[in-house]
Amino acid sequence: MLAGRNGRRRVVFAADRAARKAGLVVGMPVAKAQVLLPGLSVMDARPDEDRAALERLALWLQQRVTPVVALNGMDGLILDTTGADHLLGGEAVMLRDIVRRLEGAGISARAAVADTLGAAYAVTRTTSGTAIVVPPGEHAAALADMPVAALRLPAETVIGLADLGLTRIRDIETAPRAPLVQRFGAEITRRLDQAYGRVDEPILPIRPADPVAVSRNFAEPIAAAETIARYIGKLVPPLCASLEERGLGARRLDLLLHRVDSAVQAVRVALARPVRDPKHLLRLLSEQIETIEPGFGIERMDLVAVLAEPMERRQQVSSLIEEPEADLSGLIDMLANRLGDGALYRVAPVESDVPERSVQRVPPLAPVTDAAWPEGWPRPTRLLPRPEPIETMAMLPDHPPVFFVWRGIRRKVKCADGPERVFGEWWKGDTELTAARDYFQVEDTSGERFWIYRAGDGEHGETGSQRWFLHGLFA
Amino acid sequence: MTAEPHKKPGLETLRAAISRLEGHTSRKRATLPFGVRDIDRKLPGGGLTLGTLHEVAGGGNDALNAAAAARFAAGIAARTKGQVLWIVTVADLFAPALQQAGLAASRVLFVEAGTDRDVLACFEEGLRHPGLGAVVAEVGRLTMTASRRLQLAAESGGGIGLALRRWRRQTDAADFGQPTASTTRWRVSLLPSAPLPVAGVGDSRWLLELIRTRSGESADFEVEARHGQSKLRLAGASDRPATDTADHVDLAASMGDRPTSPRAGRRRASA
Repeated sequence: MLAGRNGRRRVVFAADRAARKAGLVVGMPVAKAQVLLPGLSVMDARPDEDRAALERLALWLQQRVTPVVALNGMDGLILDTTGADHLLGGEAVMLRDIVRRLEGAGISARAAVADTLGAAYAVTRTTSGTAIVVPPGEHAAALADMPVAALRLPAETVIGLADLGLTRIRDIETAPRAPLVQRFGAEITRRLDQAYGRVDEPILPIRPADPVAVSRNFAEPIAAAETIARYIGKLVPPLCASLEERGLGARRLDLLLHRVDSAVQAVRVALARPVRDPKHLLRLLSEQIETIEPGFGIERMDLVAVLAEPMERRQQVSSLIEEPEADLSGLIDMLANRLGDGALYRVAPVESDVPERSVQRVPPLAPVTDAAWPEGWPRPTRLLPRPEPIETMAMLPDHPPVFFVWRGIRRKVKCADGPERVFGEWWKGDTELTAARDYFQVEDTSGERFWIYRAGDGEHGETGSQRWFLHGLFA
Repeated sequence: MTAEPHKKPGLETLRAAISRLEGHTSRKRATLPFGVRDIDRKLPGGGLTLGTLHEVAGGGNDALNAAAAARFAAGIAARTKGQVLWIVTVADLFAPALQQAGLAASRVLFVEAGTDRDVLACFEEGLRHPGLGAVVAEVGRLTMTASRRLQLAAESGGGIGLALRRWRRQTDAADFGQPTASTTRWRVSLLPSAPLPVAGVGDSRWLLELIRTRSGESADFEVEARHGQSKLRLAGASDRPATDTADHVDLAASMGDRPTSPRAGRRRASA
């Protein structure tokens, strides 16, 4: 069940089939629902996300079924399928296909086709079938037996009509109109006329944002790298101009090269920040020209800003003495496009005493936190990817080894600092409940320094295996 | 020791002529001093020139790990202004240690490049960017051509380029003898630290060899890197003349001066 706020009360926004069977209705206070159904799982309703998901669904239907798709409230979609159904095997097949595909995506849906929007709406809200086709001209007959609530009327009007004994659409259709309008307003006749198709009901179809794109056809296929570079140079400025018109900057660019053998080569450029600087984009695209295989020639080039975001204006320098921070986003783009995502990173501190957990990688343009590692404890310059076991001889419980063998070389310990005890993080798992490591910084006779540790505290078996490991190299 | 070369007017004009022939810009490059007079005196211009390429390698066993060389490079990068690009092939650099060398994590942008070719390409790209204070790259093989490209890129960018030489095999380390276009070439080897009057490990001590410097002489220094500082100091400061105290040469060096407060309550042991 989903709960949300209506004014000051927490009410039921939506309930699943089992809950509805137990008597829950939308609009009921949450406390009452919980009394009715002990053990009810209550989750917060997120209308914004619901709406966004509905819009995504609408876009999908727009590509799949018909170009005219509109949102209907929070839980419905309107499709104008005139002229589209025969392409999909007729109305019944089309409806079944839509419902089946939605079911596959975990959405239970009911669909109906009728002459008017109002009739289709009424059918989906009142009948139990999932894909119903009301044949042309028969919507009046279908509507007649339906409850008044299916007419998209306000709840008070429906209750008022029920008080008068008017529960079916047929009742109000045959009743004299003037008294009804006088009592309930013009809404009732408008909805009635819309359902019967006596007045037009315009819908507001959604429109996907057009991607910013430019393209160019070539009379003669091109293949040479210089020619490709020249035409990229001609495509980028108009793209940047149209980005500027919309106040956007590109985050991702796709350059599609249609070859004469109808294969498509793609070059993708990702950007750390929205950019519409032609020079910068041109440079990033030109970097990748060598990856293009022109084959027998390229006859068409499309440059699309697949992902565009609004450019934010920032104040450059806030005071006269302050030096402007160098903008690294250009460099970051260059390197990231060359090496791939994830090759560029900053390192941020994590509050953990376990050395390998005390660092985390963050994206290069992540905001800087003021967290820092503790200063007092010396840390090695190189930390081995995984600690390497060493053979040692050491006195228990808290003495460093007298010598140790690492990678086949025996080293005598001249002096040592420690132990620095690091306890396991018990909240991570049961195995770390009692675990401990004793770290020592040791220097051998040649002056090389190592960071070694013993798994365990040297006294209690449950704290670790008591074996020694080399974890890092000091300078 | 010879007199300081740049005092001689004849040499100065000759050097200017050579620099013109080499196609350098006429303006004098800024330098980044070490803050240690003995080292700075050996370097033309009194420090590492900005906008040029410098090479650092580890000596002995450290040639493969380049731990001391990385710490040395971090110290130099920490003293520059602005962001630092650090290009690695193996991600085993431990950022808390960079912070302890004076280079805050928020200043470093790491790049993990798989191959030497990518490293050099990123290195060049970074050096060409005017907004970076220093670019450090862990490079194995560095040819004359590649280093010349890097040097030209550094000249156009203005940041300091530090090629941290790191090889995969000990035998490859002989590559360090090959000529490159770098302005200075350093080798950092670990030395046993000065014994402390109490049990424990003293400050790290390095043999810092200036193997090559353009228009200067090579030299050796024995330095100590102090915990939490980017500046080095000469080791065994007590046998230097007292006038050197202004140059961060700490007379207490041989006495085992160490920060004590954060280590209070810490157990120590020695072998």
